[in-house]
Amino acid sequence: MLRILLIAVLSIGVAGTAYWGYREHQQKNAVLIHAENNYQRAFHDLTYQIDLLHDQIGTTLAMNSRQSLSPALAEVWRLSSEAHATVGQLPLSLLPFNKTEEFLANIGTFSYRTAIRDLEKEPLNKEEYATLQQLYKKAADIQQELRNVQHLVLQNNLRWMDVELALATNQKPNDNTIIDGFKTVEKNVQSYKETDFGPTFTSAEKGQKGFAHLEGKNITEKEAKQIAKTFLGLKGNERISVVHSGKGASDGFYSVTVQNPKTKSETYMDITKKGGYPIWVIENRPVKKQNISLNEATMRGLDFLKKHKFKNLELYESTQYDNIGVLTFVTNENGIRIYPEAIKMKIALDDGTIIGFSARDYLSSPTKRQVVKPTLSAAEARAKINPSVQIMEERKAIILNNLNKEVLCYEFLGTLGDDTYRIFINAENGIEEKVEKLQNPEPVYG
Amino acid sequence: MRKVLICFLLLFTFSHAPNAQAFSNQIIQRGASGDDVIELQSRLQYLGFYKGKIDGVFGWSTYWAVRNFQYKFGLPIDGLVGQTTKQKLVRNSKYYKSFVYEQLRKGNSFTHYGGVPLSQQVKARKTNTTQAKKTANTSANVPNGFSQNDIRLMANAVHGEARGEPYIGQVAVAAVILNRVESPSFPNTVAGVIFEPGAFTAVSDGQIWLTPNETARKAVLDALNGWDPSGGALYYFNPSTATNGWIWSRPQIKRIGKHIFCK
Repeated sequence: MLRILLIAVLSIGVAGTAYWGYREHQQKNAVLIHAENNYQRAFHDLTYQIDLLHDQIGTTLAMNSRQSLSPALAEVWRLSSEAHATVGQLPLSLLPFNKTEEFLANIGTFSYRTAIRDLEKEPLNKEEYATLQQLYKKAADIQQELRNVQHLVLQNNLRWMDVELALATNQKPNDNTIIDGFKTVEKNVQSYKETDFGPTFTSAEKGQKGFAHLEGKNITEKEAKQIAKTFLGLKGNERISVVHSGKGASDGFYSVTVQNPKTKSETYMDITKKGGYPIWVIENRPVKKQNISLNEATMRGLDFLKKHKFKNLELYESTQYDNIGVLTFVTNENGIRIYPEAIKMKIALDDGTIIGFSARDYLSSPTKRQVVKPTLSAAEARAKINPSVQIMEERKAIILNNLNKEVLCYEFLGTLGDDTYRIFINAENGIEEKVEKLQNPEPVYG
Repeated sequence: MRKVLICFLLLFTFSHAPNAQAFSNQIIQRGASGDDVIELQSRLQYLGFYKGKIDGVFGWSTYWAVRNFQYKFGLPIDGLVGQTTKQKLVRNSKYYKSFVYEQLRKGNSFTHYGGVPLSQQVKARKTNTTQAKKTANTSANVPNGFSQNDIRLMANAVHGEARGEPYIGQVAVAAVILNRVESPSFPNTVAGVIFEPGAFTAVSDGQIWLTPNETARKAVLDALNGWDPSGGALYYFNPSTATNGWIWSRPQIKRIGKHIFCK
């Protein structure tokens, strides 16, 4: 009796487990197929977008009328940015696939710049046509290769999940068509140099923020320690360690770590090797209470800058995050604000000490600049602004425009409805270089 | 008729008597937040200068309201709320502190205009408001171009990727995400970079959905505000667990904690 009962219970158990396992398996499969489908969609989308891109570049080459050229270039820009976004959805990040993405981004930048230009006044020049032709050819190469991969994927029922698995486990798959195909694409694009975009083209990559303009001799580790001591106002009982930057850093620097045995807090700081300028400082400690105002923090920040020989700086932005004030200072030379020369500071609002400092922008902008005389008067610049914007403040400023060049502008702060805008009008040619909608505080949800 | 109205007003506002005490003695400037800003906004609204939400954050609308007030009352126009500006404000306006705080606590939308009965200035929040707010501020400062949800998403990624790392290492991981957004070789959005398949292990294995701690959030804020301890890195890896040989070929910038950061 007992045996029969036991057998019954066990067999029910086995059947139940089997059923449960089957369900789990099915669910897992469903999820896998879902993920696979997402990858497939992205891949087929990509090949289709490259098809379109290739055709569209071809069309622009044949176009003569400038009225239709601008929209066609805008279409190139749209397609390249779509393709760029699609690449990001494929599991390729473990594969060096940077050049292709960069290539797409560069096509985008190039077509955008030419599309927004007034082609009636300034038509495409010879180099730019040559660039377009080059792009057409390269796009054809990529298209060919992707088509080929696509064909094999469809023919042999290749699965992206296998690619991902192969990449993640770093197995060398003998015959992985997808990986090989993409490697060929990448190699193809690699031969394509940025210089082929013509001399006026500045890469989509924002100018590398190097410290080429800095003056002074190279400092030693010991000197770096000394600089940290004076800059951070250390007492002498802290433990300081200094490490030199790796070979990959474009400009050498020292990383200093300061451990304060009393407060158990750690301060980190990077100092340029050339000239020994502090790049940034971060001290991590809890700030529990607010005792001083943001305004007082600003005064302390300015004092600190003056004490450390940063000249002509004025407050540009101040923001309070909980009990920490984040301040941005910019240079003001003869009444002209120089926005690229910015220094950021974090000040604890409990005792007013400086817990953060960043001069990367300040150090990477040129120290000497030619001062151009504005050809426009402030009133003329003002007339260029949308009349429904109510102007509240104005001043002169130097900013980096979207070609990454420093330009002298008239800066206007104005309001339209509930929003505040910062508008820069080029002081030489009256172009609206930049219009920013300034952020309002965000409501807390929930 | 007018007397009746005043009587009515007095009767009604009896429970919310205007507060005699005012402002601490700090100078309030743009970007500040806290009780003084709530009072400042309330008083400016009482006089009709400020039409925005009373949320305790000194943003641009408050700034222009202060400047208009200073202009109308013949004060130097600097947008800073110092002692004279405060005195002028206090002398010319009323501040129903308990009313304002009650509404803030309840999350109601309300205004604080002078000459209008307070009862007509409240619109109760529709959703249930059983949860009490921790702070009176109903808004927060955020770095330009980002929302609190972006910060939260990045904090998730940083926490999942680098929670055992020193603070500076967490800032550096956040900075790498931002460097990638800027770089043409990567997607152009924070979400695109974080969820790029295979880009971050914490995303692949689901650790990104752990609740991030305050340190991760602070690290993200620092990175968003412009601190980049990684020195412009686009990649990082843990040398003891890295399986991908390719990553070793990248030029290395520096090491923070367990991670090597590279270009």
